[in-house]
Amino acid sequence: MNSKAQSQNVTPVAPAGATEAAIQVENLCKSFGDHQVLKGITDVIHKGEKVVVIGPSGSGKSTYLRCLNLLETPTSGQIFVHGEEITNPKCRVDSLRRRMGMVFQHFNLFPHKTILENITLAPVQTGLMKPREARERAMELLQRIGLPEKAKEYPGMLSGGQKQRVAIVRALAMRPEVMLFDEPTSALDPEMVGEVLSLMKELALAGMTMVVVTHEMGFAREVGTRVCFMDDGKIMEQGTPEAFFSHPSHPRLKDFLSKVL
Amino acid sequence: MSPDSTSALPFWSDALSFWSDAISRTFLVEERYKIFLQGFWNTMLITVGALLLGVFIGVSVAIVRVYVYQAQPQPFWKSAGQFLRTGKSFWLRSLLLKSMDALAELYLTLFRGTPVVVQLMIWSFVILTTTNPILVAIIGFGVNSGAYVAEIARAGIMAVDKGQTEAGRSLGLSAWTTMRLIVLPQALKNVLPALGNEFISLLKETSIVGYIAIVDLTKAAGLVRARTFDAFFPLICVALVYLALVLLLSAVQKRLERRMRESDRK
Repeated sequence: MNSKAQSQNVTPVAPAGATEAAIQVENLCKSFGDHQVLKGITDVIHKGEKVVVIGPSGSGKSTYLRCLNLLETPTSGQIFVHGEEITNPKCRVDSLRRRMGMVFQHFNLFPHKTILENITLAPVQTGLMKPREARERAMELLQRIGLPEKAKEYPGMLSGGQKQRVAIVRALAMRPEVMLFDEPTSALDPEMVGEVLSLMKELALAGMTMVVVTHEMGFAREVGTRVCFMDDGKIMEQGTPEAFFSHPSHPRLKDFLSKVL
Repeated sequence: MSPDSTSALPFWSDALSFWSDAISRTFLVEERYKIFLQGFWNTMLITVGALLLGVFIGVSVAIVRVYVYQAQPQPFWKSAGQFLRTGKSFWLRSLLLKSMDALAELYLTLFRGTPVVVQLMIWSFVILTTTNPILVAIIGFGVNSGAYVAEIARAGIMAVDKGQTEAGRSLGLSAWTTMRLIVLPQALKNVLPALGNEFISLLKETSIVGYIAIVDLTKAAGLVRARTFDAFFPLICVALVYLALVLLLSAVQKRLERRMRESDRK
């Protein structure tokens, strides 16, 4: 594993103190038909790390994230979550996903269920909690994001920012060990981005392991413990936010940063 | 009636006696209402049975077809090439998916492409010759209706955003639980008007079961007509009963639609 990490042009940076790997990715490739989107990604995401993935559109960042909980099936390569190989066909996908929350760009709340039902559905259906316990937990979470009075309403009545915050706590209701965020603020009106980012920041401070695909450079700088730049299906450069933003070395990254900063 | 008794009666007595004669002739003599009741019962039995069977078949076929569509099985030559290159391939799975899809397609072609009355007679006189005719009718109409429901349901399922399935699966729900609790309820809402149409035409289509010697509402009217030589009353009455049933179905549909729109409030 070590030798493979070194064979890549960049070595993953482990945060000080954290050594236990939450997710290990080995030479991950993904093709859609003849189009190869991921061209060999090797990385280790340690427990408690907040990895921010940035890059131009079409660079494969979302696909990478979606491979981590097998929403996309990798074409080749291996992924280990807490030491268990999830790319093994025998892996029980549903129980893996219960331990990894995912937040989508378009929220994907269930429009025909109330906010409360949105949050309690999965914990109850998977047998993680009794209905009563799930309701209490859901109300607790809604309290935390300041929306307890919306419990009985439907997603259609919420603003974008509220929807995304509900989507985040819906994932949290499963008590995941890792949270994946797929451009969580890209579909929001500018004035609603802040509330979502601050909830994510809160989550990060609580010690959650997070992988975030985003265009929010401020968030990457402030919250990320490591920033990865993806382009053309590969991780081109990565490092701590300070080093990453102040001394970008790869020309593609320099070019990208000059456009977005 | 004698001519002098007519003058003593009020002007509407002719009409009254006409109607009462007709009613007693159509319904009361020889307890003919029992034929109508029998016919009504059979019509209801066949309709409800076929409806349930049709929905079951239709939704199952739709789920299979959507699943195959999403899994995008590779063409066989491609799988073979992959097998030669890498030594492993999903060719068996691809083959299975493809044949399930082909089977579903064949089913739709056969049952949408031939008249239901012909299908019904084939069921009755060729395949299930010794089965209870009511059951044959339920199977005949159910299998036929299933072909139409399959397309309606497929449209409904495919209209539900893919993100809904992804959200369900990402929370750790199984494919079936996600389909049942997240996709199907939203699909049902999408297709309720089309489904209502299908149920209404199913109800009316059952009026051909006379072809396989079942006494339904329509056949009952025919029997009575043949006894009394009066076509007007039995047929009009039966038409009104069908109309009432259709109105009832539409009312149920409207109610359901209203209830499902509750989550649309902004």
